[in-house]
Amino acid sequence: MPFEEISHTADWSIRVWADDLRGLLAESARGMWMLTNAEQAEGPRARREMSLEAYDAEGLLVAFLEELLYLSESEKIVFNEFKGLKVEDLRLSGIMEGGAVRSMEKEIKAVTFHNLEIRETGRGLEVEIVFDV
Amino acid sequence: MITLNDLTQISETEWEIPQSFRSDMRGAVRIFATRELLDHVLSDKSLEQAVNATTLPGLVGAVTVMPDMHQGYGFPIGGVAATVFPQGVVSPGAIGYDINCGVRLLGSQIDFETAKAHLDMLATRLNQYCPSGVGKDGLVNISIPELERVLKDGMKWAKKNGYATEADLRCTEESGAFKGADPRKVSERAKKRGKSQLGSLGAGNHFIEVDLVQEIYDEEAASIMGLRKGHLAVQIHTGSRGLGHQVCTDYVREFQGAVRRYNIQLPDRELVCAPMDSPEGAAYLGAMRSAANFAFVNRTLLAHAARRAFEETFAGKTKNWHLHQVYDITHNMGKIEVHEIQGERVKVCVHRKGATRAFGPGSPGLPPEYQKIGQPVLVPGSMGTSSWVLVGTEDSMTRSFGSSCHGAGRMMSRSKAKKQFRGDMLRLELGDRGIHIRAGSMKGLAEEAPNAYKDVNAVVETVSQAGIARKVARLKPLAVIKG
Repeated sequence: MPFEEISHTADWSIRVWADDLRGLLAESARGMWMLTNAEQAEGPRARREMSLEAYDAEGLLVAFLEELLYLSESEKIVFNEFKGLKVEDLRLSGIMEGGAVRSMEKEIKAVTFHNLEIRETGRGLEVEIVFDV
Repeated sequence: MITLNDLTQISETEWEIPQSFRSDMRGAVRIFATRELLDHVLSDKSLEQAVNATTLPGLVGAVTVMPDMHQGYGFPIGGVAATVFPQGVVSPGAIGYDINCGVRLLGSQIDFETAKAHLDMLATRLNQYCPSGVGKDGLVNISIPELERVLKDGMKWAKKNGYATEADLRCTEESGAFKGADPRKVSERAKKRGKSQLGSLGAGNHFIEVDLVQEIYDEEAASIMGLRKGHLAVQIHTGSRGLGHQVCTDYVREFQGAVRRYNIQLPDRELVCAPMDSPEGAAYLGAMRSAANFAFVNRTLLAHAARRAFEETFAGKTKNWHLHQVYDITHNMGKIEVHEIQGERVKVCVHRKGATRAFGPGSPGLPPEYQKIGQPVLVPGSMGTSSWVLVGTEDSMTRSFGSSCHGAGRMMSRSKAKKQFRGDMLRLELGDRGIHIRAGSMKGLAEEAPNAYKDVNAVVETVSQAGIARKVARLKPLAVIKG
């Protein structure tokens, strides 16, 4: 798993790494779902196109994860597979696929910008994300 | 990393990081803590976050932090910052995602001896009538136009619809309805999240707790509040649910652009802000107050359900099973208040994030019954430990922008707590101590283990010794309902 939970006094935080921004977005989503212990029900998969934009890469990461949280609450679908993700001029597009929420043990209130910085490291791109819980 | 050497001791319970500590600070950091509690504070990044908060444009006086403070995101939990109105900024991250997260305390005339045989049934009914847990819908599912009336009118809507009494409104901060709420500034997304969640507890550290009034420290104040030793009371701790989270999310994102437009430099993007007299700042104030009104109504509906559970459990077993509202406070909010600063009365926006307003006797906005004793300050403990009822003091008005602590304050990370404690064992242990637990998630229960928090008694002793709040009563938990 290219993500790990890191210690935070009150909230939740994960460190994520990937070769490029598209990978970083997808792995951040999987890391987020790991924290909530989300489980999907058997049955047909939902498929949705997405299109998001932001001022910078960090803003795009927050907007992407917020979109997934919103859909999990409003439509009760956990989107965890991403196809054809494309980032052009700070615009993200692609297809996401997911299943209905069977159970979700923990609630994430929001994805924060706290000390959010996507850095280049020996493992590719790396970021630490703090979630408000 | 900030160390003890960077702090100046003012008294046994007060410390300061001077403005000279870092060149971008616009004021000092004032810390209320004993030497022992300070060790917890220094073990995480809360003081770095408090120093960052001093860079907010328009800051007035010091950023003040309470003894229950701990690391948050951007702004520390337990922090208070005032910015001059209207030229100064408002920062959504300095208020929090759970706008108007707060506590409601209900008192009763039911004595423990009468109640003890029925507590298990009471816990079951509260759990049944008060929706809790991740993704659970609320007690009412209303249309968007009706929701907009909730956002605009707060508890006036609840009273009109039979969920609250005039006394409930009077004994709520802002009478349960923030003026200046503007539902048009709340996104469709936030409204969609909120419309099905009104009257729900949520998860995390939110709870409904039945308590025993175990000790009284101020007979007159307790009597005015209707709290009597040996009687039951109820605390409801929750906030504005998905609606509030979405409002904060929307404006933190929107303000990423505003700080560029207004050329505001900040050390952390989570502190993004906008001048209150800008269109962006004014829009956030209108949306924030709408979310706060939603939270007041949310707690009102849960109180209504709790009253039903009490009636079904105790009617016929005792003469008076009614629950009266002692007070309802918010501990995540930005409020426009007038404070005396260096001899001048200044209108400011007081950001309180994990801090409670603690207005002293005679302060404006208090109901007539509390004018003499000061505003009730509700300090819930961690699960299984005491909670406290305090009152604000004259001193809090001049030393902490009329603010005090809001709880025990975490000291252990959730991941460590999950590794160290087991939810099922914890439930058994608390059961052995006579505390009835109803919880949706055993992992969630483990994260909220009492040992993951500071000692609430030490926190309360600190604010009491510092003179920014006064002890009235201590409560002992009998039943806890968690999501």
